[in-house]
Amino acid sequence: MTEPIRADGGRRVRLVWVYPDLLSTYGDRGNLLVLARRASLREIPVETVEVNADQPVPEDGDIYLLGGGEDLPQILAAKRLRTDGGLARAAERGAVVFAVCAGYQLLGHEFGGVDGERLAGLSILDVTSGRGDRRGVGEIVADVDPTLGVPRLTGFENHQGITKIGQGARPLARVTLGVGNGDGTEGAFAGKVLGTYLHGPALARNPGLADLLLSWAVGPLKPLPTASEEWARQLRAERLAATTTTG
Amino acid sequence: MSKLPLRARLATSISGAAGRVSRLTGRGDGSVIGGVLGLRVEPDLLRLLAEDRQVVLVTGTNGKTTTTRLVSAALGALGQEVASNAFGANMEAGLASALGRSQDAPYAALEVDERYLPAVIEATKPRIVVLLNLSRDQMDRAAEIWMTARRWRKALAEAEGCQVVANADDPLVAWAAALAPRVTWVAAGQRWQEDSWCCPDCGSHLRRDELGWRCGECRFARPPTRWVLSDQSVIDDVGQVSELDLALPGRANRSNAVVALAVGAFFGVPVDQALPHLRRVTSVAGRYTQVERRGRKIRLLLAKNPAGWLEAFDVLAPAPAPVLLAVNAQVPDGKDTSWLWDVDYRVLRGRPVLVAGERRLDLAVRLETDNVDFELADGIDDAADRVPEGELDVIANYTAFQQIRAVLGRTE
Repeated sequence: MTEPIRADGGRRVRLVWVYPDLLSTYGDRGNLLVLARRASLREIPVETVEVNADQPVPEDGDIYLLGGGEDLPQILAAKRLRTDGGLARAAERGAVVFAVCAGYQLLGHEFGGVDGERLAGLSILDVTSGRGDRRGVGEIVADVDPTLGVPRLTGFENHQGITKIGQGARPLARVTLGVGNGDGTEGAFAGKVLGTYLHGPALARNPGLADLLLSWAVGPLKPLPTASEEWARQLRAERLAATTTTG
Repeated sequence: MSKLPLRARLATSISGAAGRVSRLTGRGDGSVIGGVLGLRVEPDLLRLLAEDRQVVLVTGTNGKTTTTRLVSAALGALGQEVASNAFGANMEAGLASALGRSQDAPYAALEVDERYLPAVIEATKPRIVVLLNLSRDQMDRAAEIWMTARRWRKALAEAEGCQVVANADDPLVAWAAALAPRVTWVAAGQRWQEDSWCCPDCGSHLRRDELGWRCGECRFARPPTRWVLSDQSVIDDVGQVSELDLALPGRANRSNAVVALAVGAFFGVPVDQALPHLRRVTSVAGRYTQVERRGRKIRLLLAKNPAGWLEAFDVLAPAPAPVLLAVNAQVPDGKDTSWLWDVDYRVLRGRPVLVAGERRLDLAVRLETDNVDFELADGIDDAADRVPEGELDVIANYTAFQQIRAVLGRTE
């Protein structure tokens, strides 16, 4: 693998936002901005690329981001990504993929269409989604697989999907409040591919998850000064307190 | 309107009394409770109340209340009463209540919640339906916008005797109106484009240039327009250019005014007669009015979604005038604050920014990410005390706006 190395030994990180024109329903730009900020604060040079649905997906990215979307844009995005093949090839060679909601579903083998019909996904992640009976809408709290070393997740979910995790992937977290995959688990990961139902955006509410993705791309990270974490810490504390008292 | 059947008369009198009680007891502006009770007595009330009137329905994600107000103003030139839900109570009960309050008004200008448009068209048989725009808004409770566009399209295709006045610059709106028998297309502009990169008809990427938008693959394209907002002026359907010169600020309100002028023209009000009435509108349900408090001139702007925030930034007093941003996430606001990340706040750099509201920490993290300096404030008075004497603009979403308005005293 060719990795651009700077003279000082540091490494640049290339963030690729896949199809913001189709998959960016609710604040998904936030995940891109948070990753870029947390890399910059560590003096890791960042390059961000936004790829629209009529453009080829570059294969040399370090972290690929997919956001949420309504049914029709999701179906279209899945079709285009299958035809394009760039994202699958990038994942194949070990790039980090982070996908939310509709983006998470289409990484799997199949997902539910407008009338619940089964539609083909990208099979980048060993999960299978379908359409549930009712929408899961509200705050979600989930405890992350301890091997990942990421604190409790807080976010907001709004979807009607049910996701089953196959042998080749593991649940990202165990739900303590909310719906998630529908079976008590939330999200999934395998290698460096990770999917979740969380909005919030997920990485703004869960900087630990952002750092996990960054570390998958560039290796161990140095901690950030406390001051630059303070607002995110307060937001997490406020959200987790609100959901445990009302939820 | 004594031709109303007994049940409907009973329903409207109960509804009127309840509205008065609600206002007198200070529990609300009385615009919903009456309608709720009336509809319980006579479920067909809205249809009966709308009968034999010239009804204009106004819908869209942003600008409904202001446009409805401007339509009422334009129709005011006819010298007859116009029934209207001027305070934004835009579901069935609010509409019934508005019509019940003005039973002899031959005209009605009614704003309608996007989701209820098909049912309200069915009940009120409008002469005109105005479609302003369609973008992301409170998605935890609202239907997805592509679905909303589909429902509008079906309802309008079947609405006989109805003239649609639609914004040709919004592709989703254009698609929703495309099957309607009669459409007046207005070039009302579209600043927020994040929800319309794709062709609503085939899903391909839309191409945009100075002529508008068109699909790169199918034949769907921006329809030719009869009414145009051109910077500070309106170009009407006979090509006459008139300066708008509104009291209301901002591009979005100029575009709302052009729509109102097109509606007025349909009822025979010429632009030069409607404009003076539009110019007299200075405040809409507490928005845009300047209120003196603690030595500051406070002006309230309501912005409920990313498109609305962009329009609000557009009317801010120039930097370094300070701004207070206030965000809640109660049910009417939408409980998911993720949309804050769809707004680009970098334009706020270089002025004092204060942050308040029940979800001010969400805003704090958001502003920090955009490198916008800010300070937390505990409500409007604390914010006022933290800025120099002079202007303070406030941008707030729905319930945050209502809370601040309650502190400032209900204006208007």
